[in-house]
Amino acid sequence: MAYLEVRGLTKSYTTRRAVAHVLGGVDLTLDEGEFVGIVGYSGSGKTALISLLAGLLRPDAGTIVLDGAPVVEPGPERGIVFQQYSLLPWMSVYENVALAVDAVNPGMPGGERRRITEELIALVNLSGAAWKRPRELSGGMRQRVAVARGLATRPKLLLMDEPFSALDALTRATLQDELLRIWSERRSTVILVTNDVDEAILLADRIYPLTPGPGAVLGPPIEVTLPRPRGRRHMSLSPAYQKARQGLVEFLRACRRGQA
Amino acid sequence: MSRSLTRKIVLPLLGLLAVLAVWTAISHAVARDFPSPYRTWMESRRYVLEPFFKDGEMNQGIGRLAVYSLVRVGIGFLLTLAIGTPLGFLLGLSRAFHQAFDPIIQFLRPISPLAWLPLGLVIFQKSEPAAVFTIALCAMWPTVINTAVGVRSISPDHLNVGRVLRLSRFKMLTKIIVPASLPYVFTGYRLSLGLAWLVIVASEMLTGTPGVGGFLWQEYNSLVYSHILLSVITIGAIGFALDRLMGLVEARVRAA
Ligand SMILES: Nc1ncnc2c1ncn2[C@@H]1O[C@H](COP(=O)(O)OP(=O)(O)OP(=O)(O)O)[C@@H](O)[C@H]1O
Ligand SMILES: [Mg+2]
Repeated sequence: MAYLEVRGLTKSYTTRRAVAHVLGGVDLTLDEGEFVGIVGYSGSGKTALISLLAGLLRPDAGTIVLDGAPVVEPGPERGIVFQQYSLLPWMSVYENVALAVDAVNPGMPGGERRRITEELIALVNLSGAAWKRPRELSGGMRQRVAVARGLATRPKLLLMDEPFSALDALTRATLQDELLRIWSERRSTVILVTNDVDEAILLADRIYPLTPGPGAVLGPPIEVTLPRPRGRRHMSLSPAYQKARQGLVEFLRACRRGQA
Repeated sequence: MSRSLTRKIVLPLLGLLAVLAVWTAISHAVARDFPSPYRTWMESRRYVLEPFFKDGEMNQGIGRLAVYSLVRVGIGFLLTLAIGTPLGFLLGLSRAFHQAFDPIIQFLRPISPLAWLPLGLVIFQKSEPAAVFTIALCAMWPTVINTAVGVRSISPDHLNVGRVLRLSRFKMLTKIIVPASLPYVFTGYRLSLGLAWLVIVASEMLTGTPGVGGFLWQEYNSLVYSHILLSVITIGAIGFALDRLMGLVEARVRAA
């Protein structure tokens, strides 16, 4: 059995007026240490899928098994970086990260926990801002904190829901480069959901397109054969990049046309 | 002087002058028993200039009377916080608790302090605890309701952070629920304090206990009408100051 096995995941939202079929049977398999991207249009159900994987939502049908254990509720072994700023505004950067470190290391001596927390903050280059509150930080800095908090539990699976989509292009590029560096240092298993094809190609080993809803499913995966370590310089000139990009864009366009 | 400063100082002063003019006009033209601002000041001077003198139980400087009232309000307000805050959190956190008690709260809320006071006297037999009981019962509701609303309006994203980390109930409460609802809680406190101050005057008048409200009622019965006005102005000034004070605390909590 693979590290992560997702089978036939469906989800609809029932509101008073209508039933919205969002996901119509998502299958997904991941090996340990893989970085997988999921790309889809806005509103196709990306957040719904991430919430299901996190256990924050219950699926209507289907199963999720991570490292042999079925996912039925949220837990710290599945770290999550939310789409919107979800830092606790009444806590400093340090306290936001420490909350996660303390939650998973209850028996550890305080000094050791402090060291881990400081290390994580240094990892995302925020040591100078450790005592600032989220509202004193730029959008990019806030998402760095969210990444540090997501990693703080040493999760088996890190779920990222469009972590950089609210940032300006320059900041986004910087954070993508940082994520690339962090991942090469830590080799965590990551699912990154995004609507930015280039972001997915830069970061992921394999990319699934998510068809536009209703009843969204994952299309055939596209392997990214770009060698690591990767950099954004000259990336767009490489045939591997062009092949991946063309495959994704064509598939998503075709879905759109089929729908219209 | 800048334009905004002029507006902030000169316009309120003009408003005050207008009120004093109307007051003077009423005392001269409509009701001769109603003392003018000047007479009020001349007859109340000693109470203001020597605020802490004490000639007898009911003849004391206005500062001393205000302290009696403030202590009573303080005790009642503390009781309000001690009961109202946990009640509000329970109401916000538990659906069952909400369904069980919300109708009763909506029913109790509009009952006037004048209706509670006699019951307090029946229960406690003494005016002091009866007054505190009345304050607590009447002033509690804004705290209860605002706290419950604060708990219910916590962002699901913030609660999800706690769920993902599987925080214990205690940590969920101390790290997320309480800090997230604190601004609402303090808005409730400010409204409750305002109510407590409203209630104290009524309860002192009814029980005749020494304090600003008791003094007001006694001077009405002794036909010293200028002291009624002195009491009214004192009540207003203290109420205003209390509200400003709680407003500052509230702003600090919001900014934190
Ligand atoms: N709580 C809800 N109740 C009803 N419908 C919902 C709810 N949450 C999401 N939806 C609907 O489900 C669909 C998928 O939503 P979702 O948030 O997963 O999209 P998304 O791909 O994350 O979009 P975006 O890129 O804009 O974040 C949307 O059509 C949305 O309107
Ligand atoms: Mg989304």
